[in-house]
Amino acid sequence: MDVAFLRETFLRLLPGVPLTLQLAFLSVSIGLFFALLLGFAMRARFAPLAWLAHGYVFVFRGTPLLVQVFLIYYGLGQFRPFLQELDLWWFFRSPWYCVLLALAMNTAAYGAEIVRGGLQSVPAPQVEAARAFGMSGFTLYRRIIGPLALRQALPAYGNELILMVKATALASTVTLMEITGIAHKLISETFRAVEIFLVAGSIYLFLNFLLTRLIAWGERKIAPDLALDKPELKTALVH
Amino acid sequence: MQSLSLLTWGTSGWLDELTFAAGLTFLIALAGFALGALFGALAATAKLSRSRFARGAADVYTTVLRGIPDLLVIYLFYFGGSAALSSIAGLFGYTGFVGMPAFVTAALAIGIVNGAYQAEVLRGAYLAIPKGELEAAKACGMSDWIRLRRIIVPQVLRFALPGLGNVWQLVLKESALVAVIGLTVHLPAIDVFQLFTLPEVRFNDLLRQAHVAAGSTRLPFIFYLTAGAFYLLLTTLSYAFFQRAEKRALVGLRRA
Repeated sequence: MDVAFLRETFLRLLPGVPLTLQLAFLSVSIGLFFALLLGFAMRARFAPLAWLAHGYVFVFRGTPLLVQVFLIYYGLGQFRPFLQELDLWWFFRSPWYCVLLALAMNTAAYGAEIVRGGLQSVPAPQVEAARAFGMSGFTLYRRIIGPLALRQALPAYGNELILMVKATALASTVTLMEITGIAHKLISETFRAVEIFLVAGSIYLFLNFLLTRLIAWGERKIAPDLALDKPELKTALVH
Repeated sequence: MQSLSLLTWGTSGWLDELTFAAGLTFLIALAGFALGALFGALAATAKLSRSRFARGAADVYTTVLRGIPDLLVIYLFYFGGSAALSSIAGLFGYTGFVGMPAFVTAALAIGIVNGAYQAEVLRGAYLAIPKGELEAAKACGMSDWIRLRRIIVPQVLRFALPGLGNVWQLVLKESALVAVIGLTVHLPAIDVFQLFTLPEVRFNDLLRQAHVAAGSTRLPFIFYLTAGAFYLLLTTLSYAFFQRAEKRALVGLRRA
């Protein structure tokens, strides 16, 4: 094995790490906000709102993320004059914004299912007891429903976070030079696929390893009785 | 709506091309899933074995393949596979570049990733078999093979079915990624029993075909949207299929 080449590959891939992290962090943050809105909307009593939220989740979970990326980045280019008129072209012209939008919309759909599942897992008697004590609205959510739902949802959400780190690789298909983008460029320059794969794969594994430790720490913190401290990557099978 | 006429069947529209492309995408997913079942069963067996080495190797396999982007694996097989084939051909005195068939590349790359997910599902399903049944089978004098065929496999399949349904959805959506390596399956013209000649055909996978149609009509939105609709159709039909299969498989099983 050519150690000098591995070292050089590592140094050339390193500049891609910030973009990967940036895309993952921003899309997850934006996605979480919409996941919460959608998760609550799916349980709304006002039926059309619930249908709308269910429909959104159905479409975004039922189609590949790459199709969503292409639809936003290439597809919306079809409406360029219109978007220019609305002064939105700067947004849809940029691969960075488009990928961020696609990733955020995608994770919002998966996150919404997790939020809904978490809310559904809260035992009804707990809520009834809280109501009997006179708690309602925000207090009820802050003290009872929120913490219980969060405990239930965190493991599944941790899997979603890992999947999102992996999903940022799709940014390379619309010319962004994150880790996978640089790796692809290096492979097509040198044709040394195996070595470059080893280095790029190790970087992703390292990032995801840190993430699993962080999630496991969070699980222990908020649900010490539920936390399964497994060092392996627990990736969701529900994707 | 002149753009809708582009979505008709026949030479002027793209619907027939897109439908065949969806068929190819389905076949890639199917091949990937089948290979994944093979890798997954092997890895699950290794994870359950007494050998520390086998357990370690299987753990590395599932951890690595689930921790890195699928796209990277596809690039590895696409570039690495052809390089490996070329060097093997070199041993036999052939000095050119040998491309790995795109379908094989895609199925292998998707299968190896999917195997890591299936391994976890199958392992869990095996552990769900009541211990007593395995012991009873042994006590009845069943050989390992008969025990596997009569007791283990039917129950593993039954318990694994919901998980396998999820993994299948995963593989369907993952198959879109092969569009980046431009999967085209090329069938040469063949003479059927010297009666009539089937024309030469080229198939693209669904997303690639949408890309081609988008490029040639300059209407990308319509075609990516249609591709999305095809994927949604495939995932929805699969969901319904697995729901029915689960219902059937769970007949006679009492649940707590």
